[in-house]
Amino acid sequence: MKFLLTLALSATIAATASTAFAGGHDGNPAVTARKAHMQIYQHNLTILGNMVRGNADYDAAAAQAAADNMVILTTLNQSTYWIPGTTNAELGDETRTLPAIFESGSTAREIGGQLAAATVALAAVASDGVEAIGPALGPVGASCTACHRPYRISRN
Amino acid sequence: MRRLLIITAFGAIATLAGGLWVTRPLTVDADTVSAIEGNAAAGEMVFALGSCASCHTSPDGDKAVLAGGREFTTDFGTFVAPNISPDMLNGIGNWSQVDFFNALRQGTSPDGKHYFPAFPYASYARMTDTDVANLWAYIATLPSSDQPSQSHRLTFPFNMRAGVGVWKALYFRTAFVQPARDTERGRYLAEAIGHCAECHTPRTALGGLQNNRWMAGAPDPSGKGKTPGLSPAQLKWSADDIAYYLETGLTPDFDSAGGGMAAVIEGTSKLPPEDRAAIAAYIKALPATE
Repeated sequence: MKFLLTLALSATIAATASTAFAGGHDGNPAVTARKAHMQIYQHNLTILGNMVRGNADYDAAAAQAAADNMVILTTLNQSTYWIPGTTNAELGDETRTLPAIFESGSTAREIGGQLAAATVALAAVASDGVEAIGPALGPVGASCTACHRPYRISRN
Repeated sequence: MRRLLIITAFGAIATLAGGLWVTRPLTVDADTVSAIEGNAAAGEMVFALGSCASCHTSPDGDKAVLAGGREFTTDFGTFVAPNISPDMLNGIGNWSQVDFFNALRQGTSPDGKHYFPAFPYASYARMTDTDVANLWAYIATLPSSDQPSQSHRLTFPFNMRAGVGVWKALYFRTAFVQPARDTERGRYLAEAIGHCAECHTPRTALGGLQNNRWMAGAPDPSGKGKTPGLSPAQLKWSADDIAYYLETGLTPDFDSAGGGMAAVIEGTSKLPPEDRAAIAAYIKALPATE
C-alpha cells in the first residue's frame, strides 16, 4: 500500500513538473527572445546564402522576401530583450552573451545600425541575381561578426 | 677540496656562458637585406593575411592603428602586444629594414635580445624576402600612435629572455611542417604568413608546437574556450565551405565567425579568391589527426 502511494505521488510530481517545460517558458524571456531573433536572421540568411553558394537555384521572389525579412528584423523594437542582467555572467550556459555588451563603451548599438544599413543595401539588389546578392552579403556577415566578436562567447 | 670547488665553479660558469653563446639571438645578413626594395601596395595583402592588426591594435582603439596594448593570457603569464606603428618614439618608426627582418626572421630585437615567441616569428620566418620587405614598406604607410608599449607580466622563469634561446634551440625550425601536397601556395599562406597553426595546434609544456598533432585544436589564446581542430577527422566542411568562410565569416549553416577568427576573417576577406581556395585546399589535405 505504502509502495503504491509513493509510486502515485512520484508520478504526480513528475507529471506536474514536466508541464513546466512543455511551453518552453523555462528560460529567461529576454534570452529566449534574443535567440529567436537571431534564428530568424539565420533562417533568412540561409535562403540567400544557399543561392549564392550554388546549393539552391536562384529565385528572385524568394530572395527578395528573405532580404526584406532581414530589413524588417532590424527595425523591430528589441529594447525588452537586450537588458542588463541577462548575460552569461548572471545566467551561465543559458546564454553566450557577454557582459561587455551592456557596459559603457559598448558599440552594440552602432553595429546594429551598420547591420540595418547592410540589410537595406542587400534588399535593394536581392532581385538582381546571385552576382548581386553575393557581394551584398559581405557587409551583412561583417556586421554579425563585428558584434559576435566582442560580445558573444565563441563555441568550444 | 677547495681546488675542486673552484674548478667546479669555473666549469659551471663556462657551461652557462657557452649555453648563452650557443643560444644567442641571431641576425640576418644586413647587406643582403638592406638592398631589397619593398612594395607597399603588395605589402597590404601580406598585412591582411599576417593579421598583424588582430594582435597589435588596441582593444578599444582605432582598428587601423597599431598602437599595441592588447593582452594575451597564457600559461607563462600575460603578454602585452607592443606598439608597432611607424611612430618614431613609441613605435618602430626608427627601425631599419634590417631590424624588421631580424624581428620576423630570427625573433631578435634591434638591441639584440630574443623576442618571446608569443610573437609568431617561428611561422613568419618562413616568409619570402619579398613579402617581408613588402610588409615593412606597407607598415610605414600606416598611421602613427604615440601610445607607449607596456611590459609583459610573465611568471618566473619564463620572464627571462635569455631562456628563449633554449626554446628556439628546441622548437624554432624554418622548414615547412607539412609536405606541399599539390598546394605549395596554400602551405606557404597557412604555415608562413597566416600562421594558422600558432592558434590551432596544441603546444608542449614549454610552449612549442606539437607538430605531430598539427592543427588538431588548442586552448584559445584569449584564455576562453578552445580553437577547433582543422584536420579532416575533425572539420567536416568542404574546401568551398572553408573558402567561403574565409571570405565572409559565414559558416555552412550561416552562423557568423566570432572570437579570434573575426580578426582573421577581416584579413582573409581581402585576399584574392585563389589564395583563399589555396588555404582551403591545404586544410583539406592535412593528415587526419584527432
